[in-house]
Parts: sequence; structure tokens; C-alpha cells
Amino acid sequence: MSKPSPRRLADYAPIAFPAGMLLAFFVVPFGIMIAISFYHRVQGGFYEPAFEFANYERFLTAFFGGVLGFSLGLSSLVAVVAVLLAFPFTWLLVRQRRQVQVIWLVFLLSVLSLSEVIIGFAWSTLFSKTAGITNLFVALGLMDQAVSLYPSFGAVLAGMVYQAFPYTVLVLYPALSRLDPTLVEAARTLGASPFRAFFNVIVPSLRNTILATIIMVFVFALGSYLLPQLLGRPQQWTLSVLITDQAIYQSNMPFASAMAVFLVLVSLGLVGLSLLFGQREKA
Amino acid sequence: MSGLVLDHLVKRYGAFTAVHDAALRIPHGQFVCLLGPSGCGKTTLLRMIAGLDAPSGGRILIDDADITETPAHQRDFGMVFQSLALFPHLTVGENIAYPLRIRGKSKEDQRAAAERLLSLVRLPGVADRPVSKLSGGQRQRIAIARALALSPRLFLLDEPLSALDAKLREAMQIELKQLQQQLGITTIVVTHDQREAMTMADLVVVMSEGRILQAAPPVEVYRRPANAFVADFIGMTNLLPGTAAGAGRIAVGGGTLDVSDANIPADLVLSIRPEDVKIHESGEGANRLPGTVTFIRDLGASVEVRAEVAGQEIVAVTAPKHRPAVAAGATVSVEFPAEACVVLAK
Repeated sequence: MSKPSPRRLADYAPIAFPAGMLLAFFVVPFGIMIAISFYHRVQGGFYEPAFEFANYERFLTAFFGGVLGFSLGLSSLVAVVAVLLAFPFTWLLVRQRRQVQVIWLVFLLSVLSLSEVIIGFAWSTLFSKTAGITNLFVALGLMDQAVSLYPSFGAVLAGMVYQAFPYTVLVLYPALSRLDPTLVEAARTLGASPFRAFFNVIVPSLRNTILATIIMVFVFALGSYLLPQLLGRPQQWTLSVLITDQAIYQSNMPFASAMAVFLVLVSLGLVGLSLLFGQREKA
Repeated sequence: MSGLVLDHLVKRYGAFTAVHDAALRIPHGQFVCLLGPSGCGKTTLLRMIAGLDAPSGGRILIDDADITETPAHQRDFGMVFQSLALFPHLTVGENIAYPLRIRGKSKEDQRAAAERLLSLVRLPGVADRPVSKLSGGQRQRIAIARALALSPRLFLLDEPLSALDAKLREAMQIELKQLQQQLGITTIVVTHDQREAMTMADLVVVMSEGRILQAAPPVEVYRRPANAFVADFIGMTNLLPGTAAGAGRIAVGGGTLDVSDANIPADLVLSIRPEDVKIHESGEGANRLPGTVTFIRDLGASVEVRAEVAGQEIVAVTAPKHRPAVAAGATVSVEFPAEACVVLAK
């Protein structure tokens, strides 16, 4: 039995509160940000109402283009690596006993509760020369002397994947635990080894889930601005870092807003494109 | 011996034993039904044969080769699952040709095999459709076609028809039996429906609480049940507790009856099918006990008379033309023909 669609204004009452919250704390601030992105910057740290494209023109340069490209590339890489690691992990997890699953999920949730700052400093310690994991490798005889592994691109990637991993597992978990286990058994009776059954049956039948997860982790990674600063060189700073820099240290709100709006538009465009791609593939 | 041999198979889950010491010999070409109420271990037994569950003890042999340790994907058995387990991301044709794809057969071979199997299950021309666009009965046929794609040594089906409605199920039972006869493939079906087992099986294996109670052709299971559980589970029966009363005689329901069974245990249960029981006017008929008619049900094709004999209800079924001239409440003679009486140990 389907519910009747709302007709009178009063029928919308149940969503009034969430709609109000969304309006007050998302739509309005985003609108202000869009407006400020067209404002004129006054030297000395403030801005006045205007309608000019100067802020947008400013980052249509090779430098900002490069930073934008790097940000999108890094976030995509983080999303792909996180899903590559989390998918087999979650597949093994859903086949464990209930208690084992609960322990792992609690552990992942506690990792998720760590702030970006703590994750950043923890990894910078682990990657350091004095107290880092390379000392362990030296002790094991794998390396001659301890080295510092950061700042580097690898350190940024490792930190961001670590941050995204529990999130990825939690997004994949419901779909994988609902998957009919007899699909794999059927593939096995038809002659597929467990390894082939995983790639022939599990992965393709969850194609849309995987795509959706990659997009979610991509958007999640795009907002990360502390880890690239803590673990990377200036070349590895993302657009989010530059936005923070402009907004807080340079007090250039109009330019920061313009970059933020542009980042949102580009990522929305990419998400839309991949959804369109996914739809076509499904048809 | 050639064929499938289950050599004292055991399956334990912790303290719970799902299958006790199952021993069975199935010659090639037989249609076998594992029959029993839910939770009797029949699906576990099938899964062990398929290689999906490892036995806790015992061996599985096919043509004298021990396959107990052979992984499922190297056994070359076709299996149809209760959920059918059709791959949602593949078309009908790709589903059927999946085992050929695994073995690196060419696209043309896969296509030809899919078409051949689809016509075998009488569903030609749907190879390019997505699985989700088919009805329940059609999916059933696709799952059967996929399991048969490689001409497996053994064809296993786990409650394959349970999702279909009654009418379609009856039709599919006959079709499945015909398909098996046409291909001559050794087939094992798990079912809880005794009618389904009687329709299809050459060999019915009745199971209860993890044990095989009887393995025999359907008519024998029906006519000579091994114990009271089998007698009660297969079709309708009247069960009367009693004791031995000398050679060829038993004491039941306050009287004595002649039976043709030679082996009579001291404590026994008499089993007699409703169609073998005869109701007569009081004082008539041989080998009888007195009773009172409690209810008469005219079902058109048959007449069912219920009578109380020494505090127990006995059901008799006759054809309408042999309807006894009795009414509810009448005192009657209930005849138990000696050759139809099956004496079972208690």
C-alpha cells in the first residue's frame, strides 16, 4: 500500500524542523559564501559588497589549476585505495562470527572518532626518523639506518587512507552483509575457485555499491586540509589547504569563497558524471 | 561400486550433531529424494555431497574415488539452490554459460551451449534478457539449465520447487523427472514434501533428527515403512499401539487381530493405511474390531469415514461406489485385512 502524496501545506509539517535546520545551517551559509565570492576585497582584511569576477579570474591560472588537479587526483586516489583495501576486508568481516564482527566495528568506530589533528600527529610520529617505524625495520635488519618518511606524497596518502578506511568499511558493510552467500557457493559448484568467485560474482554484483562508495570517500577526502599540511610538502597541499590559508591567514574571504564555490561545483560535476556513467552501464 | 557412496558421514556443529552416521549407496542414473521435516539434516547432507560443508567424519566416494577432500569447484557437480542463486549482474545466457566461461570456452561455444540448454528446459529465445525480468518458474528453469551446463556427474537440488505455487510445482515435478530420465543423470533432490518425493524419486531417503531412517523405492516406503515415524510421515496412516499375542496375532484396541507379518516384537505399533481399512455393518467382516462412526466426509472422488475404536480414531477411505451403508453414531465393524497390517517396533 503506497502512502498518499502530501496535498495540503499541513501535510509537510513533519519535515518542517529538518528543513528549517537545513535552510539555516546549510543553504543560508552556502548562499552567503556564494555572495561573498563576488565581493570586492578591501586591503587590510575586509571586503565590501560588489559583483565582480576578479576572485574567479585569479585562480584561472596554471598554479591554481595545478592545485585543483592535484586535489581531485589525490582524493580520487585515496578513494580508490581505500575501497581496494576495505572491500576484501569487509568481505572477510561479514563472514566472521557475530562477536568478532562487533569487536571490529567498535574498533573502526573508535578510529573514526579520532580527529584529523590526532591522526596527523600520530602518523608524523610513526613516519619520523627518531621514533618512527623505520627504527623497527632497522631492528629487524631490513634497513641500515632509520630515515624520515615524511613530508612526502606517500605520507599524505597513507594518512588520508587511514582516515577514510573505517568510513569506507561502514559504508560497504550493509551491502556486503546483505549479499546472498549462496551466490558464491553457486559459482563454486559451477567450477569457480573461491578467488575467481570473488572477482566474477561478488565484485560485479556490487558494482553500483562500489561506485557509490568511491564517490562518498572522494568527497570525504576532498575536505581534508590538515593531513596534507602535517604530512606533505607545500607541493602536496590541496585546494582545501589554500582555502584555509586565504580565509584565515591572508584574511581574503572573497577569494577563499570563490575557491570553495569552485571546488564544490567541480566535485558536484564529477559526482554527477560518474553517476551518469554508472546508470548507462547498468542499462 | 560405481555410483555415489556415503560412508558413515557425520556432521557436527559444536555440541550439535546435524547428521549422524549417514550411510547410503546410490547407483548411477537414480533419482533420489532426501525427504524429512525441516531441520532433519537433509540439506546438510546435500551440502556435504556438493563439497560446500566439510564432513566431521566419514567419507564420500564416487566410482570408488574418495572425494571427501576435493573442493566444491573441482567436483563437477551441478547444483540448484533454494534461493536459485542466479547472478544478478549477468543475462540469462551469461548465467547459463558461466561454467563454460570459467573453463575458457569461446564466446561462440558459450552462446551455443546456452541456446541448447534453454531449449532443453523449454525456454528458448530468452538468452539476452536480464534475470530480473523473468518469472519465478522461468528462473527455476534457468537455474536448472545452468547446473546442467557441463553435463555434471551428479545433479543436486536443494528444495528447488519450494518457491513455486502448488500448480506450477506439480508440473515442474513431472518435468524434472522427465528431464532426468532423458539425460540419465544421477540426481539428488532435497524436499520436505512427501508427494514431491513420491512423484519423482526412484529412491526415497527418509530422514529425521540427523538420521537416515529408511532408503527404499517410494512404494516400498509407503507399503513397508521401517518405523512409525516413516509410516506417519509418508502419506496418512492409522497407528495403534499393541502387544504380541502369539504367532501371527497381535492384541490391539481391546481385541486381537491376525497379521501376515512373521516378525512380531513384544511392544508394537500397528500401522494401516486408510484405504486398506474397511467399515462394515456391525457383526460383518473378518479380522475386525468393534467401533463407532464419528464422522463421514464425502469428498466426491472418495468417502472418508472416521470411527472410534477403543478410544482411538481410525480413518477409512473408500471409493464412493463402495460406500458403506452406515451413518454417524452407528456401531460398526472395522476390518483390518491381515495382509495390509504393518507391524512396527515401538
